[in-house]
Amino acid sequence: MPELDPIQKRLIAEIADLHEVPAGAYNFRANSKLAGRNTTANIDIISKEDGSGIDIKIKPGTKNESVHIPVVISASGIKETVYNDFYIGEGSDVVIVAGCGIDNCGKQDSQHDGVHRFFVGKGARVKYIEKHYGSGDGSGKRILNPVTEVTMEEDSAMEMEMVQIKGVDSTIRKTTAKLAANAKLLIQERLMTHGQQKAYSIYSAELNGDGAAADVVSRAVAKDNSYQKFDACVIGNSACHGHTECDAIIMGNGNVLAVPALEANNVDAELFHEAAIGKIAGEQLDKLMTLGLTAEEAEEQIINGFLK
Amino acid sequence: MLQIRGLTYEVEEAGETKRILDELDLDIQDGKFTVVTGPNGGGKSTLAKLIAGIIKPTSGTILLDGEDITEMSITDRARRGVSFAFQQPVKFKGLQVFDLLKLAAGKDADLKFHEACTYLSEVGLCAKDYINREVNGSLSGGELKRIEIATVLARGTKLSLFDEPEAGIDLWSFQNLTRIFENMRKNIKDSSIIIISHQERILKIADEIVVIANGKIKQQGEGSKILTSITGTPDAVSPCAKYTEV
Repeated sequence: MPELDPIQKRLIAEIADLHEVPAGAYNFRANSKLAGRNTTANIDIISKEDGSGIDIKIKPGTKNESVHIPVVISASGIKETVYNDFYIGEGSDVVIVAGCGIDNCGKQDSQHDGVHRFFVGKGARVKYIEKHYGSGDGSGKRILNPVTEVTMEEDSAMEMEMVQIKGVDSTIRKTTAKLAANAKLLIQERLMTHGQQKAYSIYSAELNGDGAAADVVSRAVAKDNSYQKFDACVIGNSACHGHTECDAIIMGNGNVLAVPALEANNVDAELFHEAAIGKIAGEQLDKLMTLGLTAEEAEEQIINGFLK
Repeated sequence: MLQIRGLTYEVEEAGETKRILDELDLDIQDGKFTVVTGPNGGGKSTLAKLIAGIIKPTSGTILLDGEDITEMSITDRARRGVSFAFQQPVKFKGLQVFDLLKLAAGKDADLKFHEACTYLSEVGLCAKDYINREVNGSLSGGELKRIEIATVLARGTKLSLFDEPEAGIDLWSFQNLTRIFENMRKNIKDSSIIIISHQERILKIADEIVVIANGKIKQQGEGSKILTSITGTPDAVSPCAKYTEV
């Protein structure tokens, strides 16, 4: 494991499920500094000259390789914006694991704004996993504002799993995608907010080539006094297929605003949206209670399952 | 043993009080397979929900092995050995069949994968096709029903209640389902099974049949005797037969 303190190691385990150095390429960033890097014959990681981030270059035809680029912040008062660009070569098939964990025990806010740009080559397949997590009992806020821009060439496919389950006080997540012919994009978001947290999830997918397809699915839980806005727009500029779905559970005084939007600019565009917001169904609680669970245990199981 | 005394359940409907169950008394013996039947709207499902604790009675008492459970929560009843299969199985987004069976078996049992598969096989589902499926709308009514029954099997408690297991499934599927109940009856030991049903095949294997109509017990007794009396009533004669008599 690169040089990390115990808190940083715990954060890495939370966001990337890593307990040791991963196989393949990686770049660990801790408290705004490089904490470890590995490249492979097919995957290169290069620091940008101005120090603002890294370029990840994956050679065409690279198969079954992975890149881990976790970021952890364990000091209070850090505010950073990082630009990471991913160039995914034609015909490759890779897994990219990103994510950010902030532990803030201090009074000052800690903030990481990661700007990720993906250039997915022809016929390439990418699975992208991004997990955000916050901990620490200081009064300083834990703030994460990820920006993700995806450009997909013909016949490429990308599956994005974006998860934020706990401890992030404020987040504005902006994801935009542009898809060429026959490109397929699947975004699965899992979001839970609690306390006074605020989360904005903004998606926009432009389907520019015939046969392009995008599916944006969000499952969200808003507890206590937290607030979430889900704003997903699919723009059909071709003979394409687009679908957005927001499924949210509200608890306590939780607040969710779902704004699904569809824009069809081509007569052969097929676009759909679904949105449902509500509390946990009473019959779900009843069922689990007939299995011997208390109401609180039943609630926990339902939420865990929903966000799995 | 389950003892029900003076059980009454009333609802307010359009400003009027409607009595669904009317001072009902009923004893369910251990080791018996009891089928509760009767016309729709007679109060059968209400009785099942009252026993499971899903709803609370207006008055009356429910005793389980001598202990008054009338005011107990669903959880406390479940922990004392009451299991309940819903008429309309509940769907859960994200929860998988294995999760549900594990919860049913309880934390202490720590249900293993192969044990969960056994329960699924017992209800006629090919375990490997279902164990990791989500218990959601992608499953058919019949599949959900079988999984619902499997949760009750996984609990293995002393009182198992099934509310119209035939509701919502086709006849062919139901014929397979009756085998599950026949097996349950064989292995009943000192537990008791109560099934709300209209199906003759279920009524035929009953040790005891209870007929409920208008919130009261109309008939109760040995399965074969009650079945003969039910099927012999003018209501059960086919319309064509009635027509011929005229």
